[in-house]
Amino acid sequence: MARTRFRNDRGLTARMGVVATLLVVLYLGVTAGLVVALPQYSVLIALIAIGLGWAQWYYSDKVAVRVMRAREVTAEQAPELHAVIDRLVALADMPKPRVAVSDTDLPNAFATGRSPSHSVVCVTTGLLRRLDADEVEAVLAHELSHVAHRDVSVMTVASTLGVLAGLIMRWGLFFGGGGRDRNNAVVFIAVWVASIAVYAISFLLTRALSRYRELSADRAAAYLTGRPSALASALTKISGDIARIPSRDLRAAEPMNAFFIAPALSGRSVGALFSTHPPLEQRLAQLAQVSTDLGRPTG
Amino acid sequence: MGFFDALLGRSKPKAANLDALFAVPQAALTLQAGLGMVPTGVGAVCYRANEGAAFQTAQRDVQQLLDADGGPAVERSQDAYGFTWLICRQPADALEDLVTELHAVNTALQDDGFGPSLLCSYVGFTDTDPDMNPDASGRGPRRLALVYLYKRGTFYPFAPTTGDERDNQLELQVRGAVDGDVPIEPDLTRWLALGGAPGL
Repeated sequence: MARTRFRNDRGLTARMGVVATLLVVLYLGVTAGLVVALPQYSVLIALIAIGLGWAQWYYSDKVAVRVMRAREVTAEQAPELHAVIDRLVALADMPKPRVAVSDTDLPNAFATGRSPSHSVVCVTTGLLRRLDADEVEAVLAHELSHVAHRDVSVMTVASTLGVLAGLIMRWGLFFGGGGRDRNNAVVFIAVWVASIAVYAISFLLTRALSRYRELSADRAAAYLTGRPSALASALTKISGDIARIPSRDLRAAEPMNAFFIAPALSGRSVGALFSTHPPLEQRLAQLAQVSTDLGRPTG
Repeated sequence: MGFFDALLGRSKPKAANLDALFAVPQAALTLQAGLGMVPTGVGAVCYRANEGAAFQTAQRDVQQLLDADGGPAVERSQDAYGFTWLICRQPADALEDLVTELHAVNTALQDDGFGPSLLCSYVGFTDTDPDMNPDASGRGPRRLALVYLYKRGTFYPFAPTTGDERDNQLELQVRGAVDGDVPIEPDLTRWLALGGAPGL
């Protein structure tokens, strides 16, 4: 029987499972609270929140490409980029995503799209300029792993909860303020306070989920290319460059952070709890572990 | 990948499927009868060299194993995309031996745990008589590779001409001819262009 060098990271899977479960529990709690507190509007509110989430998910590829001012490139326009991706998808056995290039000096890459067959992988010209072929390949493998893991779908579902809570907060305030019934007003205030708490908690959980999924994508990319060190050196280069670039130019890209390979804002000013990406040290440590597993002699 | 794998962000590297390689000699007979193309006796395995000593050892062991039979030495080369090609040469009429060699490379790498790193293998073909099917521009005999995709378990024809061009007409012709002998990759977007493949 053929051996495999791949090791499941059970700890990572378990942590992600706990976070996802907490989000679902929270979601169910919000829905139940909504039905009790606002029976007449609850269906409408839920529909709007879900509709927004759906649109965000369904058009994610087009929206992201437009926000980043990226353009899709054909195999004739960027033969080398396409050839690298062709080989990676053949190795991973997945459908080939569309390829886009964003004319930005910020070295970064992202993948988005509602399903693996409706996905776009985008790299910036700054990334192509700064990294060598091995490192670009490693970054692309990381983005392809996001596509294979359906991270856009998972993160959209997770963050729709935040949108929902935000909506209740506003609607609760709006309808509650005009209420004559004292009892009703108390209920509304309770809902409002609860929704702020829900929003805060869901925000933290979504960020935690995002960090775990980055680690997962790093692992998958390292096993796919067989070169964890190439990804590690790419991450080091990208992060170093990002830290050096003035933040004024970077804020424009901030809403896209969750889909980037490395966040555009330096993690030090934002607490680790709030960041979408795990710290560089943690990512490098994980890649070093994969490297050890790959290099272990056959015994 | 299942629902829970997607939810939990787990994906396992895809294992390789090796058995279909032995169907190549049958397809070769069909190609000779139908299109007048014969094996060149050259075949190669393409894989992704992993970092670390374990892969180096596995790779060296494979080469030693194949060279032990006293035939033409196995050649190793690196392409522009960081993939390694192990090129096997056998007499043109000993296709079974060639396929066995290719299979041995794969089995050895797989047994060492590097199955997920296998990309593809090819067996080369060319025209029996260069004058019988002159190339449109008179560039000599046509070249063809029957490529096996491990992760799909399917074959596809690849016919390079000059530069990055490929002879789609010949490829589609071959697809029709060998359809019954080997499983053909139905998704045309997965017919990977192997422009820099050595030995072709």
